[in-house]
Amino acid sequence: MEFLTRFKNAMFLILVLFVQAIALAVQVRSPVDPGEPDGRSVRLIRMWALATVSPFERVAHAVGWGLHNGWSDYIDLRHVRQQNADLKQQLTRLRIEQAAIAEDALAGRRLQALLAFRQQYVASTVAAQVIGTSGSEQSRVLTIDKGSRDGLRPDMAVITPDGIVGKLRDVFPTTAQVLEINDQTSGAGVILASTRIRAILRGTVTGRAQIGNLTADSRIKPGETVLTSGGDQIFPRGLPVGTVESIAPDPDHQPYTAIRIKPAVDLDRVEEVLVITGTQSDLPPMAQQDLAAAEAQHAADLSAERLPGIHDDTDSPPASAAATTGGPPAAPATLNPLAPIPVPHPLPSLHPDRFTSGSTPPASALTPGAPITAPVTAAPPVAPPQQNQSPQEPPRKPQEPPVSPQQTAKPN
Amino acid sequence: MVTRSYMSRREVEQQSFSLPVAILVPVAAIVLQVLLPRMLPRLAILDLPLIVTLFFAISRRNPIAGTVTGGVIGLLQDLLTNQPIGVNGMAKSVIGYAAASLGSQIDVENNATRALLTFGFSFLQSVLLYLIERRLLGIRAFHLLWLHELLRAAVNTVVALPVFLALDHWKHRE
Repeated sequence: MEFLTRFKNAMFLILVLFVQAIALAVQVRSPVDPGEPDGRSVRLIRMWALATVSPFERVAHAVGWGLHNGWSDYIDLRHVRQQNADLKQQLTRLRIEQAAIAEDALAGRRLQALLAFRQQYVASTVAAQVIGTSGSEQSRVLTIDKGSRDGLRPDMAVITPDGIVGKLRDVFPTTAQVLEINDQTSGAGVILASTRIRAILRGTVTGRAQIGNLTADSRIKPGETVLTSGGDQIFPRGLPVGTVESIAPDPDHQPYTAIRIKPAVDLDRVEEVLVITGTQSDLPPMAQQDLAAAEAQHAADLSAERLPGIHDDTDSPPASAAATTGGPPAAPATLNPLAPIPVPHPLPSLHPDRFTSGSTPPASALTPGAPITAPVTAAPPVAPPQQNQSPQEPPRKPQEPPVSPQQTAKPN
Repeated sequence: MVTRSYMSRREVEQQSFSLPVAILVPVAAIVLQVLLPRMLPRLAILDLPLIVTLFFAISRRNPIAGTVTGGVIGLLQDLLTNQPIGVNGMAKSVIGYAAASLGSQIDVENNATRALLTFGFSFLQSVLLYLIERRLLGIRAFHLLWLHELLRAAVNTVVALPVFLALDHWKHRE
């Protein structure tokens, strides 16, 4: 009894630590369900805690957002003209780029169809605002102001227009936790854009994102773009992840290298995010329209580039001639894409021989047994089919002089 | 005749707080802890719940109260993270117990003492978290970044002094 009285403080501490250690062991041992990372009771307690804190977070966020918007609106108004001009210029550039990419995209889709590859496109998203963090450097978790009532579920991908942010961990009715890609428990399937090497991106204890399952490879260079591979069934394929920042041997896991990735998104300053709530195997209708328009534009651009080169200068009457005759000016070929495209003529050969296209008279002009009198001239515009030349004829030696067409026309 | 009592320093200088202060101050510390890194990401190095735990522990000078205070604040911190519940709870239980035990032995009203205590316990918490993560949870990749943890202890010390002075106004001497 005296022992208990004397050491009651220490025994109380030991008891508290023991209970928490048991609780830790239970949480770590319990099987992890991908859709429910915590047990039911733990999830309930976390929900209560977040429900207590989130109202304060919402108020603080609303106040901060209001102040920020008020100030930024004023600043934006001062530069809106310049910004508008810049955006127009950017839009023009993007249209040109889009037209150039459209054909490649279509070719890629045809190849995917041949391979029966099911590409997942983002079909629907829910915009959410970040209202809080975990408050711990060991835990890279964000709190957003949307939850299960808005259609969110655990393991949904969270992105911004710049790239991926993370995935949903715990989803509560009005809030949700986003596990960032630089958290030590996070992971994502990625692919290096130029080398096409697949890898797994993981977070580190210090809050960095790195690839640690690749051995040294001289092809991987700093600055290489990293994209999602789609292999994790969470992030759709092709979303920006970041760029390779540095490559160094991993002291903890030899012979692997630690490839440090600089995320495309500034994860410390994320304000608004998009939660991908649905994907589909076809392009969304709007994107399909954009692609069709881009394809049409690209085809028109190609015609405009190629048609002037096909016509000879003598074929198309000059506009001045039309003007002198009083008729309408000849429309440039670029403005009439429906006009029939003429067959291009081959250039005449400098040293014609018996193999030269058109050097042999047509069969209708030949008389059996009669000598051939057709002279060797420049090739006619369109070569007739050579019917009297056997494909099985062995090639002549190079030192032999050129054989005249008369000899070749003689029957054997 | 002089009356001598055998009350310890702890019993003589034990201080208490009203219930609203005892509840709202830790909650405010946790709320600020999750909000401040949103405004300035570098403030994630700060540990306001630890500062509050230290303040209540050294003021009450009761190891059991210190253990409970540290445990509850640490568990609340854990609930907002994706870590298993109990990591911060265990670390702060030990911190609360040790701070309260030490607080009953030395003068904790002095600013220099408070600064030393905060620096030491902040670093001790880093070591405890390392042990829990590495030994109990088996996270082999968890490393103790000494320089970073020393910087964290220094930042906590700088912030703790004015916070302690502000919270001193809510003390009730018994």
